[in-house]
Amino acid sequence: MRESRQVFEKMTMVGALNGALRDALDEDPKVVVQGEDIGRLGGVFRVTDGLQHRFGKDRVVDSPLAESGIVGTAIGLALRGFRPVVEIQFDGFVFPAFNQIVTQLAKMHARSLGKVRLPVVVRIPYGGGIGAIEHHSESPEAYFMHTAGLRVASPATADDAYWMLRQAIASDDPVIFLEPKRRYWDKCEVNLTTEPAPLHKARVVRPGRDLTLAAYGPSVKLCLAAAEAGAAEGRSLEVLDLRSLSPLDTDTVEWSVRRTRRMVVVHEAPVFVGAGAEIAARVQERCFYHLEAPVLRVGGFHAPYPPSRLEEEYLPGLDRVMHAVDQAFAS
Amino acid sequence: MELVQLLTPEGERFEHPDHPLETTPEELRGLYRDMLLTRRFDAEAVTLQRQGELGLWASLLGQEAAQIGSGRATCPDDYVFPCYREHGVAWTRGVDPLNLLGMYRGVNHGGWDPDANNFHLYTIVIGPPLLHAVGYAMGMAREGADSAVLAYFGDGASSQGDVAEAFTFATVNAAPVVFFCQNNQWAISTPTSHQTRAPIHRRSAGWGFPGIHVDGNDVLACLAVTRSALERARRGEGPTLIEAHTYRMGPHATSDEPRRYRDDSERQTWEAKDPLLRLRAHLEKHGHTDAAYFEDLAQEAEQLALRVREGVRAMPDPDPAAMFRHVYVDEHAQVSEEQREYEAFQATFVQEGPQ
Ligand SMILES: Cc1ncc(C[n+]2csc(CCOP(=O)(O)OP(=O)(O)O)c2C)c(N)n1
Ligand SMILES: [Mg+2]
Repeated sequence: MRESRQVFEKMTMVGALNGALRDALDEDPKVVVQGEDIGRLGGVFRVTDGLQHRFGKDRVVDSPLAESGIVGTAIGLALRGFRPVVEIQFDGFVFPAFNQIVTQLAKMHARSLGKVRLPVVVRIPYGGGIGAIEHHSESPEAYFMHTAGLRVASPATADDAYWMLRQAIASDDPVIFLEPKRRYWDKCEVNLTTEPAPLHKARVVRPGRDLTLAAYGPSVKLCLAAAEAGAAEGRSLEVLDLRSLSPLDTDTVEWSVRRTRRMVVVHEAPVFVGAGAEIAARVQERCFYHLEAPVLRVGGFHAPYPPSRLEEEYLPGLDRVMHAVDQAFAS
Repeated sequence: MELVQLLTPEGERFEHPDHPLETTPEELRGLYRDMLLTRRFDAEAVTLQRQGELGLWASLLGQEAAQIGSGRATCPDDYVFPCYREHGVAWTRGVDPLNLLGMYRGVNHGGWDPDANNFHLYTIVIGPPLLHAVGYAMGMAREGADSAVLAYFGDGASSQGDVAEAFTFATVNAAPVVFFCQNNQWAISTPTSHQTRAPIHRRSAGWGFPGIHVDGNDVLACLAVTRSALERARRGEGPTLIEAHTYRMGPHATSDEPRRYRDDSERQTWEAKDPLLRLRAHLEKHGHTDAAYFEDLAQEAEQLALRVREGVRAMPDPDPAAMFRHVYVDEHAQVSEEQREYEAFQATFVQEGPQ
């Protein structure tokens, strides 16, 4: 653990994910990757670019167009001792596989009284902000968080993307791995020798004193911008990258809120029964008397994800985050 | 099973014992016009996407005959369930091309009234609409209607579980539905050989209903086989599967880079089978057309392109309040509350910001 921190070249999140898959395929012959158009094309986002060429068609598999089949056969492969990493092309196309994920993938370990392990990773590019057509911009995390047996994680940066995907592949539990597609092309330095944190640990990515902005995936960058804007107004905002949604690192959330006494949770998914609802409930259970203001949530509306020309209205933006911050201070 | 073909790539006309087709010169000219106008507005949409007027476009280039032939086989009371590339079918149903472009521009998710032309909304998710088509057909049969449903899907879609379930429901209910598969050889980068080892049209045998393999670049053959399959459905004899052998000449959609996965030479071989050229050869050979016909048509095509271009550019961005509209039929507390909050928040800008 005490390795000297070696900084590698700047990488995009796509590059980091590609590197994680490559290294996992290299290190463990049981790792297999499957999904639609992931072979020759390298995936519609090129996350698997070059992997089929390098590892062959048996390990990097262009699947038929059937998500239930992709996840269902991944379960079978896992039963046979493989570690499948599957790609769902876009968030909105995971639902044909929902049955396999919820009734099978999530429950088999428990049903077998621990005898069966399903180390399956379901990678899903998710979230909006790329001007896409219907079903290509959604944030379905709450469905998976609500299902016991699934671990759910979402990186916000290329560095985390590399390590969290490695950790997800190493996990013996199934992991729903949500990749914030609008951050796919953002670059940051990736350290390929040292894990930044365990998979299920939240991290303070900007310390502050007056309010905690809690976010994950695509919204972390937004919250960092909000903290910057807050600083200009003389407010010290802490930004917490939750990283994992199941389990939720409630201890770190509590530790932060006890100091800052205010919290705003931000996500792209609808606020109604979203991740923020769970976080807010836990915070009031654990630190009610430390709070100066109600925990507020900023997110999508209880409406279908709108056509792309309206998505900036639907998605939480800097204005809406700052508005919530103002409200928290007004209480 | 042999490929049903009524018109060779050279424009030679054949008769097929099982699929007779009588056509007047006027009908032939009409089919050519349909294909040409569809190709023209499709090309205009590609250009509009490059200019940033559309977010995306899925071109039908190369599939005009499959779509116009099958679409023209429908009667007004029939009902069509498309995927997202069926611009030619939409044309035959009288759907304004501008309706199709709205969702690709990102101003709506379809938005047209499916019942206005008996042409359902485009569906991006692959698989579900085939089941809707079967259910609709079951409803038609239950009401004793003398009509049928035509449902489109792709070679890639053929792998989806929903498609298998659609076949099951159609066959056990003897539903008046025709499944029309445009096998354009590709599902994004995935060739048909990765979806199935047996020809798609043979699949229906396992379900106990007929399958037809048709030359998808032959508009007359597509018209003939779809017409007879729809008639069979209307007679109460149940579903038919049609596989149209065709080719997606362009990228999957404007965002795609086909050079990464397929050879350009493949496209060149298909160029020789162009659906428009062969009908044109036939028309000219038989003196059904003169130079004036093609000139007028070219002009009409340019007018259509202009109308599409101007119509798209004039499409306003939707009112943000549209996000909250039609989520439910009746008032819903959470939606109303969120809309009020959203509007109150927006109002703070109107007051503070520059007008
Ligand atoms: C359920 C689902 N999974 C994945 C996708 C992404 N996707 C869009 S089109 C396409 C390929 C479709 O191929 P095919 O059915 O042959 O139709 P074509 O595009 O050739 O007309 C894929 C994988 C989708 N739209 N829906
Ligand atoms: Mg196809």
